[in-house]
This record gives sequence, C-alpha cells and structure tokens, in this order.
Amino acid sequence: MSAISASEKVDGFTRKSMRKAQKQRKSQGSSQYRTQSAPVELSPLPQLKDAPSTEQQELFTQKLQQCCMLFDFLDSVTDLKSKEIKRATLNELVDYVSTNRGVLVETAYPEITDMICTNIFRTLPPSENPDFDPEEDEPTLEASWPHIQLVYEFLLRFLENPDFQPSIAKRYIDQKFVLQLLELFDSEDPRERDFLKTILHRIYGKFLGLRAFIRKQINNIFLRFIYETEHFNGVAELLEILGSIINGFALPLKAEHKQFLMKVLIPLHTAKALSLFHAQLAYCVVQFLEKDPTLTEPVIRGLLKFWPKTCSQKEVMFLGEIEEILDVIEPTQFKKIQEPLFKQISKCVANPHFQVAERALYFWNNEYILSLIEENIDKILPIMFGSLYRISKEHWNPTIVALVYNVLKTLMEMNCTLFDELTSSYKADRQREKKKEQERDELWKQLEELRLSNPTLVQNNCHGLPKNNNDLNLMFPIVLHLDKLNSYLKMSIF
Amino acid sequence: MFGAVNALGEALVCQALHRGVKTQQRRREGPAAALLWQKPRSAAQQRHSVTAILSKMAGADGDDSLYPIAVLIDELRNEDVQLRLNSIKKLSTIALALGVERTRTELLPFLTDTIYDEDEVLLALAEQLGNFTMLVGGPEYVHCLLPPLESLATVEETVVRDKAVESLRKISQEHSPVDLEVHFEPLVKRLASGDWFTSRTSACGLFSVCYPRVSSTVKAEIRQHFRTLCSDDTPMVRRAAASKLGEFAKVLELDYVKSDIISLFTALASDEQDSVRLLAVEACVSIATLLPQEDLETLVMPTLRQAAEDKSWRVRYMVADKFSELQKAVGPEITKNDLVPAFQNLLKDCEAEVRAAAANKVKEFCENLPEDSREQIIMTHILPCVKELVSDTNQHVKSALASVIMGLSTILGKDNTIEHLLPLFLAQLKDECPEVRLNIISNLDCVNEVIGIRQLSQSLLPAIVELAEDAKWRVRLAIIEYMPLLAGQLGVEFFDEKLNTLCMAWLIDHVYAIREAATCNLMKLVEKFGAEWAQNTIVPKVLGMANDPNYLHRMTTLFCINALSEACGQDITTKQMLPVVLKMSNDQVANVRFNVAKSLQKIGPVLDSNALQTEVKPVLEKLATDTDMDVKYFAQEAISVLALA
Repeated sequence: MSAISASEKVDGFTRKSMRKAQKQRKSQGSSQYRTQSAPVELSPLPQLKDAPSTEQQELFTQKLQQCCMLFDFLDSVTDLKSKEIKRATLNELVDYVSTNRGVLVETAYPEITDMICTNIFRTLPPSENPDFDPEEDEPTLEASWPHIQLVYEFLLRFLENPDFQPSIAKRYIDQKFVLQLLELFDSEDPRERDFLKTILHRIYGKFLGLRAFIRKQINNIFLRFIYETEHFNGVAELLEILGSIINGFALPLKAEHKQFLMKVLIPLHTAKALSLFHAQLAYCVVQFLEKDPTLTEPVIRGLLKFWPKTCSQKEVMFLGEIEEILDVIEPTQFKKIQEPLFKQISKCVANPHFQVAERALYFWNNEYILSLIEENIDKILPIMFGSLYRISKEHWNPTIVALVYNVLKTLMEMNCTLFDELTSSYKADRQREKKKEQERDELWKQLEELRLSNPTLVQNNCHGLPKNNNDLNLMFPIVLHLDKLNSYLKMSIF
Repeated sequence: MFGAVNALGEALVCQALHRGVKTQQRRREGPAAALLWQKPRSAAQQRHSVTAILSKMAGADGDDSLYPIAVLIDELRNEDVQLRLNSIKKLSTIALALGVERTRTELLPFLTDTIYDEDEVLLALAEQLGNFTMLVGGPEYVHCLLPPLESLATVEETVVRDKAVESLRKISQEHSPVDLEVHFEPLVKRLASGDWFTSRTSACGLFSVCYPRVSSTVKAEIRQHFRTLCSDDTPMVRRAAASKLGEFAKVLELDYVKSDIISLFTALASDEQDSVRLLAVEACVSIATLLPQEDLETLVMPTLRQAAEDKSWRVRYMVADKFSELQKAVGPEITKNDLVPAFQNLLKDCEAEVRAAAANKVKEFCENLPEDSREQIIMTHILPCVKELVSDTNQHVKSALASVIMGLSTILGKDNTIEHLLPLFLAQLKDECPEVRLNIISNLDCVNEVIGIRQLSQSLLPAIVELAEDAKWRVRLAIIEYMPLLAGQLGVEFFDEKLNTLCMAWLIDHVYAIREAATCNLMKLVEKFGAEWAQNTIVPKVLGMANDPNYLHRMTTLFCINALSEACGQDITTKQMLPVVLKMSNDQVANVRFNVAKSLQKIGPVLDSNALQTEVKPVLEKLATDTDMDVKYFAQEAISVLALA
C-alpha cells in the first residue's frame, strides 16, 4: 500500500483536481460484440496509382473489402502489421476518392457504404465514468480512432466528390443509415462528433428525401434527452446543424417547425447540462425569431416558465439569451411581453448572486434595449423601481451597488416625474406589501385552525381519502354540515 | 346574521372561481395578455376590502368557515408558485367545503382550465385528483374527474404525466363497468390517438386497467389500439408500450396472448432502437410465466436467445439483470439447455457492465438450478467462468462477484468449497480493490456455516488489517461495522490476540465518524463477550485515554463510557468509570467539561442513588456555575433529567 499523507487521512476526499491530475487521458474501445472471429492477418495490395486503369476498379473494391476487417485497439500489441496496412489503405482510399474523377461508378456504392457501415456503426460502449461531467472531466477517447478517423474522412470525401450521385446513393444512405449515424452523436469523443456534424450536414444538404426524417429523429433524440435520460453527448453538434437548417426555412413557417421551437427547443432549456449547448440553442431560438417575430411572445413566456430557480449559472445564461432576443425584437412585440419580462429582470437585478445581478444590469448598457425601455418607461419604471431602490441600499457587492446607481440615474432621466412619485410612495408601498403578507399569514393560520377544529379534514389531508365505509361515516357529518350551510346561502341575499 | 356572513364567503368563493375561469380564457386568447398582469393586484384589493368586512362580521358571529376557502381559491391564481402550490395541496379541503355538487360543477371545470401552470403545481394537482372520488360524490360521479386528468396526461413533463396516469389507474377501479365503457374507455382511445406523443405514451399505461372489465367488442378495440401504439413511429411511445407489454399480457385471454402479444413482443424485441429492445426483455418474464411450458420453446425462446446475443450491451445487460426472473419463468428444462450457455456467455461478455450484472446473479442462478444436475452444471459450466472473473480487469465485476460468491459454498458443500471455492475466496481477500475484500469479509457467515472460518483466518487477518488502515475513511468505517460479526465467528481468543489492538486504534482515528463507529463497536463487543472481558481488556485502555494531551481523545473516553456503561453494569460503572468522569470535570477545555455533564446524565440511570447524591450532584452543581454557557446549560439539563435539584 502506498503511504498515506496525513491530510488525506483526515477527510479521505482528495480534491477533485488532484484526482483528475492523476488520471491519464483514457481511451476506450468500441463496443463491438465480437462475434467476428480473430482478425486474419492482412497482406498489402498493390498501390492503386500503379495499377492499370482497367484493373483499378477491381483493386478499389478489394481494398474496400480489406478495410472491413476490424481490430482491437485496446490491445496495443496485437496485429500491429495488419493495423498499419489497413491504415495505409484507408489513407490511399481517401486520397483516391478526393483526387480522381470517375471513380464512383454505380457498382462501387454498395461496397463503399458497406465498408463505412462496418467500421463506424457500433453500439457505443458504456461510459467509463457514470457521473461524467463534460465541463470538468476529460472525455474518454475512441481507441480505434486511427482507423475510424480515416473512415469518416473517406465518407466525407465520398459525399463531396463531384461525381457523387444522391439518386444512386439513396439506396444505401437511407433512413436506417441516418438513424445509426445519429446514434453515434452520443460518442464521448469530441473529434468523432465533429466529423459526424459535418457529415450529417452534407447528407441533409444532398438528400432532400431524408430531410424531414432527419429533423424528426433529431426531435426524438432531444425529447428523450429532455424527458427520459438527461444524457446525450451530441446535443450541441445537433443544434449547430439545426441552426443552419432553421436559417434555410421558407416563410411562412410550417406548423411543424413552430412546434419544434415551442415543444423541443424551449424545453431544452431545462436541461441540467445547459451550459454545454446553450450558445447553439440560443442561436437557434434567435434564428426562429428573426424569421418570424410573432413567435417572440410565446418564446419569452416559455423561457420565463422555465426560468432557473436555484442555478445561478443557468440564470446568467438565460439573461444572455434574453439579451440576444431583445437585440432583434420588434418594438410592437416588446410591448406585448415587457411586463412579465421586466418582472423577472427586476428579480434578477435583486439576486444576491452578484453575477446574476450584474448580467441583468448590463442590459442598461445596450443602446437598443435602452431605447425600448425609454419608449415604455411608464410601464417599466414602476416594475423595476422597487428592486433597484432596495438593492441600491442593501446589496453586499459594491460593484452591483455602483451599477444600480447608474441604472437608477438613467431611469430617472427618462421620466423624472414618475421617478419622484415612486420615490415618495416607496415607503408606503413597502408597508402595504408587508401588511398584505401579514394578512396572508393570518389567513393560513385561520385555515389551520379550521382544519384543527375539524378532525376529519385533518385526517383527510394527511392520509388521502378514507377508503372504506367506516371512514366514510366519519366524513359525512362535515359534508352534511356544509351542505346545510349551502342551503342557508341559497335563501340569503346571494 | 349567520347566513349573511356565509353568504359573503360564498359569494367570494363564486367570484373567485369565475374570475379564475375568465382569466384563463383571456390568457389563452392571447392579445389581452397584459390584463392578466394587472389581475392579481385588483384581486388583492378586493380581497382586502372583503377581509375587513368579514373580520368585522366574523367577530360578531364567530362562524367564518367558508371564508378561508375563498382565500384558498384566490391563492390558486396567485403569482407566486409556492402559494399556488400550498393551495393546491389543500384542494380536498376546498372540495369538502364546497360540497360534492359544486365541486363537480364549479371547482373541477375551474381546475381543468388551470392546466397551463408550472409543472410543480400540476404534479400536486394530478396527485390530489386521484383521491377525489368521495369528494365528487362517490363512484357514481367519479367520471367527473376524467377531464382534468385527461389534460394532465398530455402535458410534456414526464413526472406530471406519470402521476396523472397513476391517478387515472386508481380511479378506473372506482368506475362501474358501464361508466368504464361510456367515459373511461373513450378517454383512453382519445389519448391513444392523440397528435402529440405525450398523450399516446400516457395511453399505454391505461389499457390494462380497463381491459378486464369491458365487453368483448370494446376489448377488441383496446387490443387494436395497443397494437397500433407498439408500432408507433415515435420511439418514446414504443418504449412506453414495451414497458407495459407484460402488464397488458397478464390481463389478456391466453389465446390473445399467443396470437397478439407474441407478435408484438417479437416486433419490439427486434426494434431498431436498443432502448425499446431492452424493455421487451422485461416483458419476456411476464409473458413466459403466462404461457404453458410446451409453447415456450417456439414462442418465446427464439426472441430470448436473440436478446442474450444482442449487439447492444444495454440489451444484454438487461438480460443479465433479469436472469433469475427469466430462469424461473422458463422452467428447469429450458434453463439446462439454453440458459446455462447463455449465462456463460454473459459472464464472459466483452462489456464489464454486462459481466458485473451477470456476476451479481451467480448465486441466485446456481441456487435455482434443478437439483438433479445442479452440482454438475456448476462444476463444469459455471465455476470455470467464475474463476476467470476473480481476476477480471474491472473492479466492479470483481466486487459484484465478491458480494455473492460466498453463497456458493452452501450450495456446493464442504468438500467442493475447500477444494474449489476456497482458493477463490483467498484470492479475492488479497484483491487490490478494497471493495472486493470488504464484500468477501461481509459475507463470511455463509462460509462459516459450511467449513468454519478457521480455514480462512490466516488470510483474513492481513486483509482486515489492511482495510482497517485504508486511506478512505468510508472503507475503514465499513470494516468496523463487520467487527462484531467477525468477533463472534472468530472467537474471543483470536480476537484478543489479533484484532483488539485495531479496535483500540480506531478510537484515536483522525475522522470523527470512525471514532464514533469505534465506540459503538466496543459496545457491541462487550454485549457479545460480557462485562468481565470488558473490564480486563477494554476499560483500562479507554480510561487511560482520559489523560491524553489531545482533548479529542479525552472526549472519546467520555463517549466510550456513554456507550459502555449499560453493557458493563453498575459495578464497573460506579467503581471504575465514574471516578474518571468526575475527575474530568476539571478539564481546562470547555468541550470536555460539558461532555462530562452529558456523560453524567447518560450514565446516571446506571448508578445507585447514593453515588448520584454524594458524587454526581456536587460535580454537576459546580459545573452549573461554570463560566462557559454551554457547560452551564448541559449541567443544568443533567440536573433536571436526573432529578437532582
């Protein structure tokens, strides 16, 4: 056993950073269910460029078939020679499809897609680190990357080849292909996801018939991520693709697209790992609003509904997104949403977490937002005033206090009279609020008493409703009593 | 007067309800949304004025039982979520006060309109409505609850939807067969053919509760709907259907199980998404249980075999995880022919997750093998795999195995255990991963019954010592918890010789939790070995610590005394422990002094009244005048608890 330092013995919790440092960058193999028998040793084939053009096609096919052999990369000593041969062959194939014209004859398509499918489509292995924190932890890298990278490269060059014909390829690059491709976006290896992103984007561009399908499957992945697993590594990449897809939507927007915005993109904001894809998500949302400004109100209401209650980091992101939206908002839309929105902003300004408060106060540095506020100062000032006034006296952070003073000054300049009125009524308003609060407490107390004085109600609230008849008898007196009251009421003035 | 007050309360209730409905409409209409914002203010003002009147009148009369109800209803629309939530949680109170009729005609429509709210509120609402049958007038009117629950069953948030389905399932039982067909079944149909996937997912959970109690034509419709959902093009819906397949199969007539369920099962088990396939494995257990033995081979086994070799590790993991259930469901013959090789493969799977799940099942699987061939199967087929797992590369696999491997000894008997299992136990006791060793040690009792623990003691000791000094305090804590068990099995002699020093060393551990556990451990040991043993081996050492320069160690003495006094009895406590405690009342550290007061309070009941009066009382009285306020507090508490004042 290694020597244990005293500090370690004290709490047993070594600091996370220390543990991290000890760990090496790990890599893991693909979860291939090895029904395949042990790899046969590969023997090198002649170079394509040396072969006479009549035999080139045949050799190309042979090389593709050779590349269907899979190797175990977790074992770094076996099959070294064959691995090298495959690597060299893949390199040659990449080169061959990207530089030569006329190599994509119809018979090559099935061979090509077969090689690609065999290599890249696999069930992703279980995560080594079940509480993988994408922000803190190093991702586990794909062990067979030396080969897989080249296969991805090859797929990309294949799709981008000027001779590439979607009408032939669609027989092989079909819904099933896309589905498997989408599943790979869950890979922990960012290099792989990056390739997948480009490839899916090309496929979306070239195969018109697959577009709706791709959108629907992405939808499903997101919904599953939001409501079922809360885990999917490729959300950011998929959103990036969607960003450019949304950009190309025709106007007026189809109902399907609006539904996607409201039922998928907005709920995506609830994810715990929002920080990993927030930039892409906000971009998509803003794209939608630029296309169709009438969506502004539902979108902002949606964001307000999912506004983070405890996570300050997420709150800062939400504020960032709101600012992006306000940057493109139309004044008429702003009027529709200003009151609920500024109520939230006024809460943020008063947030004890200085980063949240600061982010909200930065809105007043934005010229366009300032002009919107000025236009609607009569509505906004009364909402903001209370928080700002209080915070200017109470916030622990001097930077925030300074910012608040500036904001108050700006607001005062916008409507001096209203500002003075609010200042003079501030105290009375607070007292009224306090009184209201007291009243509410009082009422709840009364209610408690009502329940306490009535054992049936107490029982009822503690244990749900009585199930058997004996309990029912207990309950009836009160019901009857209230029924009697009701009959009184019917006779009375009402 | 009496009537008038209540009329006012009543009017308020009405007003609150109707205002609510109107606001909801406005909200949905959209353009007038700004109004909604001003609403709470005016509501509050109104309430304010009404409050004033009411309190005046209530003062004169004293009965204002309906008034708080109005408040509750008003709060249902408050801006603050917490207040809405509080109010929703009191929903049964509101309903009870309104009476069944008005609950049906006013409250429920109002609630149905409320379904725009925050998920938290909706969740509470969905839960409440499941218990509402009596409040709407009993089973005769239970269908009134369906509209709000139907809306809740379509919301996005899974938690809310699941709760709504749970409540719907609950109240379905309260429907009469007629109502079930007239009201409930149409709802299920509407959900099953909803546009958005959420309603279809919810529908999946409702088929099985209404199927047994409806007519055969309706039954046929229900089966058709279920079939449709099993091939829905949203994977979420297929997952929901797959997860309810077993439950639905249970309520179907056997012929339909064979004709309908099997084909659905086969289709789901070869779905393109592994998340659907793995749910089919769960259903497999229920389906196999329902079918007669002779049909299993043709109807279930092909699918099960395929699942055990699925290309996705998640599906194979599921098979491993459900292995014991599957084994019971398919019976001994199929187990022998099919499951044994399948199990071997799972134990050798390329994914550690799958191996660990299978390793967890080793004991249960072996136990449930048919008796006539059990030993032979284990020795020739299972044990070789188990041997490999002992030196697996993954610690979770080894640790899963270690938690069950000891159980094999009872199945295999003494000779086989000594010859085949013992070497494995010993190897695991030396494993580099503490969890593995710990799991072995924690299951020693199984081996003890079969071969006696002596066989292991030579290897046991180094393993225990190493765990006792592990760097992770949680490991140390775990081994402490097994000490009493070990002591019982190893006997007092072995314990004194080898383990006693460890137990004492834990008392001065750096981590409080360890010192605390060590104290508790001593108590259990004394209970096991008796007071005399305690007097000779433990008490002197514990009391010796009272003079330690470290105040934490001095406090440990007190904690030990607290724990041990009862087990040691009056004699030892009075003669040996009490003097030490009393002496420590002069300690210079206040923490020690107030712990003296606490200890005296604790051991007081063990002492006789003479000792209490002459020795304890003066000391406590002195402590009660201490300069430190905590010492004072605890001394006074002790005085009053021991009734020495």
